[in-house]
Amino acid sequence: MRRVPRDTEASSRRFTRRALFMGGCMTAMVAVLGARMRFLGVEQADQFRLLAEENRINIRLIPPNRGLIQDRNGKLIAGNEQNYRVTITREDAGDVEEVLDRLTHIIPMSAEDRADILKEVKRNSPFVPITVADRLAWEDFSRIAVNGPALPGVTPEVGLSRVYPRDTDFAHVVGYVGPVSEKDLEGIESPDPLLRIPKFQIGKIGVEKWMEDSLRGHAGTKRIEVNAVGRVMRELDRNEGEPGADVRLTIDADVQNFVQARLGDESAACVVIDVQNGDLIAIASAPSFDPNLFVRGISQADYSTLMQHDHRPLANKSVQGAYPPGSTFKMVTALAALEAGVINADSTVSCPGYLEFGNRKFHCWKRGGHGRVNLERSLMESCDVYYYDIAQKVGIDKIAEMGRRLGLGIRHDLPMSAITEGNMPDKAWKIERHKSEWRVGDTINASIGQGYVLASPLQLAVMTARVATGMAVNPRLVKAIDGKEVPVTPPEPLGLEGSILRAVQRGMFAVMNGKAGTARGSRIADDTMLMCGKTGTSQVRNISAAERASGVVSNDQLPWERRDHALFVGFAPADAPRYAVVVVVEHGGGGSAVAAPIARDALLRALYGEVPPLTAYPADQRNRMETLLKELPLRGADGKLPESSKV
Amino acid sequence: MSFLEYRVKTAPTGIAKVFYIHWALILVVTAVAAIGWLMLYSIAGGRIEVWAEPQMKRYAMGLVLMLAVAFAPIWFWRSMSGLAYGVTMVLLLIVEFFGTVGMGAQRWIDLGFMRLQPSELMKVTLVMALAMYYDWLDDRKVSRPLWVLIPLVLIVAPTILVLMQPNLGTSVMLIIAGGAVMFAAGVSLWYFGAVIALVVGTVTAVISSEGTPWQLLHDYQYKRIHTFLDPDADPLGAGYNIIQAKIALGSGGWAGKGFMQGTQSRLNFLPEKHTDFIFTTLGEEFGFVGAFSLLILYALILVFLLVAAVQNKDRFSQLLIIGIAANFFLYLAVNLSMVMGMAPVVGVPLPLLSYGGSATLVIMLAFGLVQSAIVHRLR
Repeated sequence: MRRVPRDTEASSRRFTRRALFMGGCMTAMVAVLGARMRFLGVEQADQFRLLAEENRINIRLIPPNRGLIQDRNGKLIAGNEQNYRVTITREDAGDVEEVLDRLTHIIPMSAEDRADILKEVKRNSPFVPITVADRLAWEDFSRIAVNGPALPGVTPEVGLSRVYPRDTDFAHVVGYVGPVSEKDLEGIESPDPLLRIPKFQIGKIGVEKWMEDSLRGHAGTKRIEVNAVGRVMRELDRNEGEPGADVRLTIDADVQNFVQARLGDESAACVVIDVQNGDLIAIASAPSFDPNLFVRGISQADYSTLMQHDHRPLANKSVQGAYPPGSTFKMVTALAALEAGVINADSTVSCPGYLEFGNRKFHCWKRGGHGRVNLERSLMESCDVYYYDIAQKVGIDKIAEMGRRLGLGIRHDLPMSAITEGNMPDKAWKIERHKSEWRVGDTINASIGQGYVLASPLQLAVMTARVATGMAVNPRLVKAIDGKEVPVTPPEPLGLEGSILRAVQRGMFAVMNGKAGTARGSRIADDTMLMCGKTGTSQVRNISAAERASGVVSNDQLPWERRDHALFVGFAPADAPRYAVVVVVEHGGGGSAVAAPIARDALLRALYGEVPPLTAYPADQRNRMETLLKELPLRGADGKLPESSKV
Repeated sequence: MSFLEYRVKTAPTGIAKVFYIHWALILVVTAVAAIGWLMLYSIAGGRIEVWAEPQMKRYAMGLVLMLAVAFAPIWFWRSMSGLAYGVTMVLLLIVEFFGTVGMGAQRWIDLGFMRLQPSELMKVTLVMALAMYYDWLDDRKVSRPLWVLIPLVLIVAPTILVLMQPNLGTSVMLIIAGGAVMFAAGVSLWYFGAVIALVVGTVTAVISSEGTPWQLLHDYQYKRIHTFLDPDADPLGAGYNIIQAKIALGSGGWAGKGFMQGTQSRLNFLPEKHTDFIFTTLGEEFGFVGAFSLLILYALILVFLLVAAVQNKDRFSQLLIIGIAANFFLYLAVNLSMVMGMAPVVGVPLPLLSYGGSATLVIMLAFGLVQSAIVHRLR
């Protein structure tokens, strides 16, 4: 099958002509490239060579000073300190082992360190400087500098390194810095050349990470002349970079310190928030750790201690812990029912101690029951059956909607790591997540903050602030960047009717100040600062029918990790709310006994602006409080812990 | 020309094909690749396993691929051209929407043993498709507007996808290489004149309007253009690599500092020293002599390709070889101009030298097609 011949003589000649033309163009370009090579490599070469035969120019980056992190009053949280260190470069050292041997005569070096350095030197390219010793004393440093000629490839350097003077107080909020890793570089389109400097430190978690762009600053450059062995001969010119911006947080370092000390060794979290503008005054998570360890390079032993600790010191429980909110969720259920109009503040429910639904029995915490209960009493005495009942009337979707309006189930955007979204379940969620229908039993569990409901202490703080003010308060952590205040957007009203809000607030007032209030023991005695609150105790285990029959095992007799979580939310002063507080003590037992007293102290500390006077406490507690407050290991004005408290 | 025609005039068959393969081309290509291995060995500080060894393995794979492609008859590849183009387009669409995010741009598909960049593959399959198109098209129609429009669409469609990745270097290469095939196929010079006039006009208008009341772009856009064109203005950002590269090349001098003697300490911060900027190491260690020798080897490859194109009487083969030659030329011209500070940094590898799988394999595949055209040409 022959096709029509398409290759005519003319077209063939034209192809040859054009191909040759293209060949000509290519030749011209190749000639240009060759000329350029000659220009750079031969004619212009002198420009790059220096006066001295063997010397050459190097462009070095000058790392900018990292911005400081301060508290709301300008107290230093993260700063930079002068750091004398010594590096070794394989290329210039020649025999690394020999040089290290000589170095050991000047500064102490363990055999283990020495092996580490050798390994590091071998692993890296010959021109990469490896840090031999860090944080040297001035005497050692100057001795090395004087002995320079005997130590080829060894460079003494003065640098700044990050230091956290209030170490454990801010470990979770501010995080820490560390050397850039390959993982950090992935996903950055055109990495700042600074990140290529060996051991350059960037924020790894917390504010240090999320405010990295502000804190880092811009690199400067210096052109230096170096000789054949790489020793710096002189500096030719220098262009100072731009130091990083200082970041001022909304946190009050003293309140934070007080709260952290008050939480002590519990596995706990506490958030104090300004209900008017959402400023976070304290976000503590205990137990904490010393971020300075990570900056210096944490030892394997220290790290595994932190990792294996059953109270999980590395976790930032205040924003990343998701807990069943327990009875602290009852305000949400109540507000949903009140707004839907299925109840009013005076409607009552009869509580026999349990509610039967289908073949299941849902128990109230009080076995004998509360009798007839209205809204105020239901909150004051934390009756569960009341909420089982009203939740069925209003339905889960309305409750979930109210929860989200109050800030639950939403990720609040703060410059911190691993902020949880919590969980505010509704019918659609369960079908999506568990591929099964929502059951009324689920609603009953959710009504008292159990079952699928999960919230972080931060979310509960937002919820409490919103209940206290009726405004959509949003939390914020950064007060000012580089001296410029971050503007506060005034919160929008939530659109809840005043009478409804007041009814719930009255209930929360009764929790603290009513005769049968569950947290009466933790009330504030100062009349100008009366407190509203709600306790919560959330189960982390199922109580079987058999156990219930033989009497529920009390928390004291359970192993630590099976005890209930203790929760408390509250705000004060009751008539003109200023601060809201949340305390969660993991496996602490009951909310009223464990969490509420801590929350009261935190609120008082924030309200008074100093360690609270004993007059703020009920008369019968003053003796006990005096010793407790006196024994708290608080930092002095210099940010240092008292000598006695150091272990 | 059809399969039957070939049969009548006899092209070599079976093992006899070995004698018709352009062995000189393979020799020069291997020499260039070997220079690359030496450089990779040197950059890794005298270790072979870091970059040199994987690159040698890829080259070996490429060589096998090239011979396999060369043994299949050229008319088979012509019939495959449309399919190859279509498949590459689909791959491009896939990376556009599901690609792994690497270095900020969605460019590759992970095949397990290597990462395939469809945009690299497109450089070859586009040329195949255009060559097939012009082989099929009646010679009298090549300059008619409608018949010019079709190849334009074939070129512009993948270019837009590649530009969206965003990969400016490859987009430019696709357009110019496609244009080269159209030029060689005999499309009227008026079209090329018009396109060049349009581009020059637009660029002049944009640049000359800066600062006047009728300026065409925003101020920040001009600023970006300036740093793009003049990297020295931004010594820490876009200009950083270029300045480092120039210092390395300049310090190499006439004969260089010697193998493994390059003081790459000054290139510490050069992130692409084993890929796009590999030429700087050659210039530093072997000086002008080394760099120029490489250029001569490249020129030799181009001469081989152009001669093979002119010698061939089959239109598909001719256009295919011309297109591949254009691509190869663009690789090295863009990369060398960029490294020597004559063009903005756009991320095009140095062919056969730069560390990387896709580019190497695609170039070897292209040379396989050239070999097939040479082996099966009419004698």
